[in-house]
Amino acid sequence: MIGSAATFAFGCFALAMLMNLWKVVTAPNVADRILALDTMFINAIALMVLYGLALGTEIFFEAAMIIAMLGFVSTVAYARFILRGNIIE
Amino acid sequence: MVTLLEFLVAALLVIGGVFGIVGSFGLIKLNDPMSRLHAPTKATTLGVGGVLLASMLHAAAFEKYFSFHELMITLFLFLTAPITANFIAKVHIHRQETRDTMPEAGGDDHWATHDTPEDEQRRQAAPTPPADE
Repeated sequence: MIGSAATFAFGCFALAMLMNLWKVVTAPNVADRILALDTMFINAIALMVLYGLALGTEIFFEAAMIIAMLGFVSTVAYARFILRGNIIE
Repeated sequence: MVTLLEFLVAALLVIGGVFGIVGSFGLIKLNDPMSRLHAPTKATTLGVGGVLLASMLHAAAFEKYFSFHELMITLFLFLTAPITANFIAKVHIHRQETRDTMPEAGGDDHWATHDTPEDEQRRQAAPTPPADE
């Protein structure tokens, strides 16, 4: 039961990531593109945790944590660059 | 007991997956940039939260170890999601709106992203308002 549920969740998040990729390509403006990239990071965290659950190891939690931090920092840096033309003033 | 735990983990996984796909579908489907900000928050809180809870329960019940890493990720996401949303909204205001299309900001000033050098001079020339006691 857990196996099929995990497969379902894998499919859902993979499809969600494809939708985000589509949005990144066709976004009408920069704010939407940043938002789509940020959502892609969120889905990557979920996929990483799911992979750790499916394999039964805890080694992927650290990777998920690092992806979460990098996602936050890169989103803020991108938005800040658009707002100020500079990241660290 | 094991069957109940299995059912709980499977239900959390399915809930997480459904919310993850709903969040990303809303990103495509909604047609106003500000309402598009709303959709991925579902993926952040309920989607990733469901998967993380399922992973924690699975580790405690079937893998014979218990870990709090997942709660750390959840806490981190809950802390950073509002900051990210605020920055993206500011980018939208900065790029897509002008001072005339925005609603009144209240007080005697306007939206800070649309500040000009003249506003800066005006603010420095004016006497500082009394601080709220």
